[in-house]
Formats: sequence, structure tokens, C-alpha cells
Amino acid sequence: MTKVVVVTSGKGGVGKTTTTASVGAALAQIGQKVVIVDFDVGLRNLDLMMGAERRVVYDLINVIQGVAKLPQALIRDKRIETLALLPASQTRDKDALTEDGVRRVIATLRQMFDWVICDSPAGIERGATLAMRFADAAIIVTNPEVSSVRDSDRIIGILDAKTVKAERGERVDKHLLITRYDQGRAARGEMLTIDDVLEILSTPLLGIVPESEEILRASNLGSPVTLNNPGSSAARAYFDAARRLMGEDIDMTIPTDKVGLFGKLFGRRAA
Amino acid sequence: MNLFNLFKRGGSAPVARDRLQILLAHERSTRAPSDLLAVLREEILAAVGRHIDIAHAGVSVKMNRGNKVSTLEVDIEIPNGGPVASKRGRKRLLGLPAHRPA
Repeated sequence: MTKVVVVTSGKGGVGKTTTTASVGAALAQIGQKVVIVDFDVGLRNLDLMMGAERRVVYDLINVIQGVAKLPQALIRDKRIETLALLPASQTRDKDALTEDGVRRVIATLRQMFDWVICDSPAGIERGATLAMRFADAAIIVTNPEVSSVRDSDRIIGILDAKTVKAERGERVDKHLLITRYDQGRAARGEMLTIDDVLEILSTPLLGIVPESEEILRASNLGSPVTLNNPGSSAARAYFDAARRLMGEDIDMTIPTDKVGLFGKLFGRRAA
Repeated sequence: MNLFNLFKRGGSAPVARDRLQILLAHERSTRAPSDLLAVLREEILAAVGRHIDIAHAGVSVKMNRGNKVSTLEVDIEIPNGGPVASKRGRKRLLGLPAHRPA
């Protein structure tokens, strides 16, 4: 059965779009049929992360307004056959995103894919609430940092109140994904630990993505890290998260990159 | 570089954790009532609706927070021609202890 997953956080810049691209690609690399949907109307970036920015013809708003049919707007990934992208519009008119329109688009996508992954804009305004409105599950992306944790708490409250599932008295499956984690700094007491964040937010953990230079490299190249460097720590963390999302039971570890003696002596990180 | 820093545990993370715990405990308690009011509204609507024909939009529930006592204001509009003669709704002010968690 198809699952609709919203990737959300409240705070901006914590890695929602990176996570949407990486988890979406990882699921597709495992063989699932996946569509990733950009809800950030006016500030689309998922197309750029996927290296598809020059292939955008129609977008989500065009489909909602009936200007284009859904298959015309979907961009099939050139590297992974089972992955597709539905880009957001660059229009500044956010009212173009209607609840009824989103409902129709998601209902159709449910029939075409195994996973519909919705990349939420930051904030708690219309775009963010519509991105989560029809979700079955949520990935809450959190950095181990006070403002991100606070905003995640707020978003968790909204997921429990403003989604269709919540209004029906059901529950949206919530999963916490901690990104930009630095185990060394956490061990030295310089950064909130995984346990701190879990205790404060009391939400099940989907995965831990370590701080990694590979994330910037992947976005520079327009290729999700799971595709661009599948062996890197960040990619392995995203593969684990994708498998857990599919219900697999995988030991929770923090993947690390092997640093050689040379790297330890002459560079802060192995690049 | 302060000499005391040499002896202090380097960690600022415990401070972050404590600040968050205090802040979120407060924010959760002030946020809950909006959900509480929605639940109350639905239940009042259902209870009254079993006996009197009322419109969904005709029920409003408000909470006013005070220092010692908060009040819950329930305003139910009963349309003309309903089984009960009263025309414009009744107001009830119920005393509630302040800062009652939902």
C-alpha cells in the first residue's frame, strides 16, 4: 500500500530538501516506486538537488490549476528508473496551492507510486500545513541544536492536530531524523546528544545522519548523496533510514567515514 | 581565556538541554488549550445537538486566561423555530483554575 510521507521540520536549513532527495533516491535504489514532491512554492529547490532544474516544464500548481496533466509535470529521473520528481512552481502566489487541489494530486500519485514523499517548506504557514495535510507518516528533520529542537516540537504538535489522519482520530506515524550530528562534539558535551534530543521530543528515531562534506558535494553536483557516493557515512545513514521506513529492523548506528593516518594528521576530515 | 574555564567542564550542551526542557514544558502547556477548545467545542456540539437542532457554526468556545482564575465562555446560538423557545443563545461563565494543563 502506498505511503504518503511528509519531510518537515519547522526550522529552515536543517536538511529537509537534502533528506527528501536522499531518502527518496535510497528507496528507489532499493527498488521502490517513488515520487518526490516539492511543496516549497516560490522557492523550489528539490529540482536543483536532483539535477533536474533544466528539465522543469510544468509544476505542481500547473497540475492543480488544470494547465497541465500530472504525467506531463512528472520528471522521470535519468539515473534511477523508479524515481520521479514533481517540482514546485516559482510563482509568488501561494494561494494557488489549494487543499482540494493537493488532495486530488496526492490521490492520483497514490495510484502510481509506492511512496509519495512531500518536501515541506520551512515555517508553519499554508505550504507547510498542506504538505503534511494528507500524510500517513512524517519525517521530522532535526539538528542537535536548540532552535531546531524547539521548532520540531512545535511541528510535532501540528502533525497531531492539523492532519487529516489526526482529525479522524488516527495518528500520523512520526519519525525523527537527526542530521548534522557530530559524535565527537556530543561526547565532549559541546552538542546535544541523541539521547537528549530523544528525551526532549519523545519521538521514535528513524536515523542519525552525521555531519558530512559529502552532502555539499552532492548538492553541488545535483545528485543525491545515496547515488553520488553510496559508501559515504551520510549515504549509509540515509539507506538505513529508508530501510527502517520500509519496516526493516536495523541496528541504530552512527555511520562513520574511515579516516587514514594521513587524513588525521593533515586534514580535519578526509575529503 | 579565563583561568576558571580550565576547571569548568567544557560542555554547553547540558545548558542547552535544560533550557529546552524548561521552555518546551511551558510552550506545551500554553499550546494545548487550542486543541482542548476544539475538542470541547465538538463535544458540546454533539451533546447539545442530540436535543436541540443547532448549526455547527453556532457554537463558540473561548477561554480567557487570568492570573488566579481563567474563564471558559460557551456561546451557543439556537436558531428560531427550534424545540427550545430561547432566541439568542445563553452565556455561561465557568470558573476554572488558572493554568490548567490539558
